[in-house]
Amino acid sequence: MADLTITNLRKSYGDVEILKGINLAIKDHEFVVFVGPSGCGKSTLLRSIAGLEEVTSGEIFLDGKEITELAPAKRDLAMVFQSYALYPHMTVRKNMSFALELAGDSKDVINTKVTEAARILELEPLLERKPKDLSGGQRQRVAIGRSIVRNPKVFLFDEPLSNLDAALRIQMRLELARLHHDLNATMIYVTHDQVEAMTLADKVVVLSQGQIEQVGSPMELYHHPVNQFVAGFLGMPKMSFLPGKVVGSDADGVDVELMAGPGVRVPVTSEGVSIGQKVTLGVRPEHIRVTAADESDFHGILDIAEHLGSDTFCYVKTDTKETLTVRTPGDFSGAYGDRIGLSLDLQHCHLFDEQGMAIAKLNRAPEPA
Amino acid sequence: MLNFNMLSLKQRRRLNTVLLGTLAWGVALVIFFPIFWMILTSFKTEIDAFATPPQLFFTPTLENYTQINERSDYFHFAWNSVVVSFGSTIIGMMIAVPAAYSMAFFETKRTKTTLLWMLSTKMLPPVGVLVPIYLLFKDMGMLDTRLGLVIIYTLINLPIMVWMAYTYFKEIPKEVLEAARMDGASLLQEIWRVLLPMSKGGLASTVLLSLILCWNEAFWSLNLTASKAAPLTALIASYSSPEGLFWAKLSAVSTLACAPILIFGWFSQKQLVRGLSFGAVK
Repeated sequence: MADLTITNLRKSYGDVEILKGINLAIKDHEFVVFVGPSGCGKSTLLRSIAGLEEVTSGEIFLDGKEITELAPAKRDLAMVFQSYALYPHMTVRKNMSFALELAGDSKDVINTKVTEAARILELEPLLERKPKDLSGGQRQRVAIGRSIVRNPKVFLFDEPLSNLDAALRIQMRLELARLHHDLNATMIYVTHDQVEAMTLADKVVVLSQGQIEQVGSPMELYHHPVNQFVAGFLGMPKMSFLPGKVVGSDADGVDVELMAGPGVRVPVTSEGVSIGQKVTLGVRPEHIRVTAADESDFHGILDIAEHLGSDTFCYVKTDTKETLTVRTPGDFSGAYGDRIGLSLDLQHCHLFDEQGMAIAKLNRAPEPA
Repeated sequence: MLNFNMLSLKQRRRLNTVLLGTLAWGVALVIFFPIFWMILTSFKTEIDAFATPPQLFFTPTLENYTQINERSDYFHFAWNSVVVSFGSTIIGMMIAVPAAYSMAFFETKRTKTTLLWMLSTKMLPPVGVLVPIYLLFKDMGMLDTRLGLVIIYTLINLPIMVWMAYTYFKEIPKEVLEAARMDGASLLQEIWRVLLPMSKGGLASTVLLSLILCWNEAFWSLNLTASKAAPLTALIASYSSPEGLFWAKLSAVSTLACAPILIFGWFSQKQLVRGLSFGAVK
């Protein structure tokens, strides 16, 4: 069992408040990813859980036991650092057995556990090498090996893939997902890379400026962001935003007149929405279609088209100079400067009020299984 | 064109190496000359030692060394030097390592000021505090004791030792120590099994420098000891007596005093260079 509960956690450096009251529950076996832009406090939150940072107020419970003031050594957590933080003067074997030696395990037990971890991570041929003789990916695996030999209650990962090159990052991402599956362990993972967050997490925690913006499964966050920040942060390429104002509303939705073009009817609740209110329409690249200019009353000028092979991402300038990102098929053949028509899939659009909070959808899509 | 350019670059580089080498040799010879002359003089008779112009070729004699051996107990002084140097270095390291650890890894906004303040104590001329320290030592009965010298040497060398250890610790990534903490290491285990092995090169330089500074220290040893606790520096000074200077004997006793540390320094020169350049050479 490894349930982690955080209540009203605050952390300040001098006058600067880094964590502004974090409440979070992490269940056993969950893979939780903290994601957010630089300086949002995600690493500080992880380090507070690890015990490497003293918190200003609030509590952390592990399996019902309070650990807020406990030394890191006594928490039974393992951490993988961005810089790997291997012991340079020890061999790979020693790096992995260090914690077990400190815990006073017998030589046989240590040997078995290290051999097992080395087998899982394919480190067997490297056991007698020093960290300086390893590549980045191998060092990363040793760092992971060092944490799995201990069989801790919770694994903490602090941007573990940031120092790897792109190809290796994808490979290690898959290995981490497999490891989580095989070990069936509770893992907390910090990253600024939303692709890692989406692909690895059971539960994503989006942080911004020391506060939790939203907690949920990757698909829930993707399809039902609670605010404009979450909507804009998740998704690659990003969601486009179009300003507009409310011109009417009834039980079936809200009528919005976009600055850039025609009126649209968005299927969101009309509760709390008033005529004349300023709103922002959010639409993901895959929910816009390019049509011939005369087939739509919403137009734009094609700026750059990025051909990825499978898809083409088009950046379209509207008449009011907003940029829209549109996902089109790989064989898209529009040219720079073309005037094109745009068609929005309004069922999947999001509407945000002046404070950037999402206006609830009427037809919440069922969660994918 | 390209070839010519490359050639000239190569030649220029070679010329640089030669010039720099010559300069280095020149400086080294100037620095070494007094030691060379001291050793040479120690094998001359007192008459030869005084001769003008100075003689480079003469009949060597061991007379000075035999006389010193008869007049004073070299090993008594040497043993004092050893005890005092090693004693103060060990105690100094036991204080400097924890101090530097907390300054390097748990920095507060006053850490830099504290470090500067510590270093500033080295700028004070020692003679400025001679009288109070002398009186203090007299009241505590520590005049002419090895313990007294150990204490004073530890105090005068601590700023440098803390500074050096601090500089080396600063090179160690904090995460490695945090990893040890996560692995279950106590504070002592973290320092003993991770921090010290990782900084052993730098700490060895610190130890060496402290030993050398203690060995060569002359001001306090001359003023606070008489005979019982007197180290080798005091022995040298005793040969410049009011009856006159005996150059040859003075050179011989100096050679004897310098020899151990010179040999020690020769064997550890690699560490020393690193230490004296404060971690700049890797």
